[in-house]
Amino acid sequence: MRRLGWYAGSAVILLVAAVPVLWILSLSLKSPATVTDKRLWPSDPTLANYRSIAGSALFTHALLNSVGIGLITTVLAVVLATPAAYALTRLQFRGKALVLPLTLAIAVFPPVAIVGPLFDLWRALRLYDTWPGLVIPYLSFSVPLAMWTLAAAFRGVPWEMAEAAQADGATPWQSFRRVVLPLARPGMITAAILVFFFAWNDFVFAISLTSSDRSRTVPAALAFFPGDAQFAQPVGSIAAAAVVVTVPVLVAALVFQRRLVAGLTAGVVTR
Amino acid sequence: MTEAPPQPPRTRRKRRPRAGRRTAWLLTAPAVVVMLAVGAYPVGYAIWLSLQRYDLRFPSQRGFVGLGNYAAVLGARVFWTDLGATAVITAIAVTAELVLGFAIALTLRRGLAGRRAVHAALLLPYGIITVVAAFAWQYAATPDLSFLSGRAWLGERWSSFAVVIATEVWKTTPLAALLLLAGLAAVPEELMDTAKMDGATAWQRFRRVMLPGIRPVLLVVLLYRTLDSVRVFDTVFIQTNGANGTETVSLLAYDQLAGRLNLGLGSAVSVLLFLLSAAIALGFVWVFRADLRELYRPRPVEPDEPDPEDVW
Repeated sequence: MRRLGWYAGSAVILLVAAVPVLWILSLSLKSPATVTDKRLWPSDPTLANYRSIAGSALFTHALLNSVGIGLITTVLAVVLATPAAYALTRLQFRGKALVLPLTLAIAVFPPVAIVGPLFDLWRALRLYDTWPGLVIPYLSFSVPLAMWTLAAAFRGVPWEMAEAAQADGATPWQSFRRVVLPLARPGMITAAILVFFFAWNDFVFAISLTSSDRSRTVPAALAFFPGDAQFAQPVGSIAAAAVVVTVPVLVAALVFQRRLVAGLTAGVVTR
Repeated sequence: MTEAPPQPPRTRRKRRPRAGRRTAWLLTAPAVVVMLAVGAYPVGYAIWLSLQRYDLRFPSQRGFVGLGNYAAVLGARVFWTDLGATAVITAIAVTAELVLGFAIALTLRRGLAGRRAVHAALLLPYGIITVVAAFAWQYAATPDLSFLSGRAWLGERWSSFAVVIATEVWKTTPLAALLLLAGLAAVPEELMDTAKMDGATAWQRFRRVMLPGIRPVLLVVLLYRTLDSVRVFDTVFIQTNGANGTETVSLLAYDQLAGRLNLGLGSAVSVLLFLLSAAIALGFVWVFRADLRELYRPRPVEPDEPDPEDVW
């Protein structure tokens, strides 16, 4: 009886999680003639929508921008956050008590609160509609996020090993690089994936601080996809583009499944 | 000459922490400087802009107006309507996410064969970008495109809210479920069994054993999801763009800033939203006396501690 209930519950979870995704996939495979047939299974599957977005500079540029801006943000955030998270978990110093509230305060502010000033500043500094113009605001969220995740990872490192290495004559730097970093690497990968997700997902900054395919990322490009006919949204093309931006992220999420869940929950479970 | 053995160790002991302190700051400074420059500075600049009459379409009229913009925003009916819409979305979405997330976590706790597949499925909504999720649910709610029903869900107010909230709940319940599942794993099974043997009812076991055990996780989920819902933007922008009374405070700020180019008024709305978020966060910490520093403390290593990755 219990067993049956578990399977029923799991089936419902699977179904609810998957159906909207399958619906987008189905729409992306339909031709304009069948897009309104309301069938989940496309009667006449076609790759025309995919061909059309692959040939559209608007979409290919957006994809390139998303990947480039996401990767730069990820590298910078992890490089900045790793030493800070190490110091916060491992060392005592004056002012430490101020760093955490600052990190939290920045992590909780609504993005739209800095859209106005950034819009104004970026026009003056000529950063409007450029890659750095998005990377910089992304750092405001990703550095605290990475610090959070990495601090959780460093908390789990067995420090006796680093101390043993130092007792054997290693310098603090050597013990950090040879012993601590390898142990913390899974946490760093988790932090990197989460930061990349964040940058890949952002919408507010992407629509406010860009104006052309020079730096517009995929979420913004999707929102401003021009319709074939006036007043009609190009449903097939949007669906195909949505599938293209979803697949790599889902593959990453599934490949790093355990690590991702461990990272997402590590900061939460204190004991 | 008498020997003074304590001398050298003392200087060393004194010097060490100081050197350590300097290293600590050298390690922390880059991140702190960047956070101040890209986070705190724009917030300060937003506050500065909110005190000015500053409309990019009439730049010559720029001038200091004190709290004038705030008076204008707080005196405008639209602000309160949008605040109400934000509150509706937040209250319903966060409640639904907690209840459903807890139900899913309890289901998965008694995991049988195939739970890997369910875990993977939970990452599906989480891995999808919000804009795509918004389109998926918008199409599901559009009569011509939907396999669901012929109703124009986005045509009127409360059904529009229903679609927006469903999207938010679908997208973020999995994260709540995974966090709560991790929290449940920290509740010792023996404690539950002992309580059962002592004759505690299911409700008592839930109240007295399970709830205290997952309290910290519950708080994090509640705080995180509330703050996220209060600034809801992507879903509403895509699905209704504020039509049918579904405009949120974030959307109002965006509309003033990017649509009307009124940086003064728009910044005032943003700062109010920021103050609201800060008040919620501080309220949580104060009411629940949550000690967030706990998260940065080194964890004592226990030999029989389960590998966090084995939790599921």
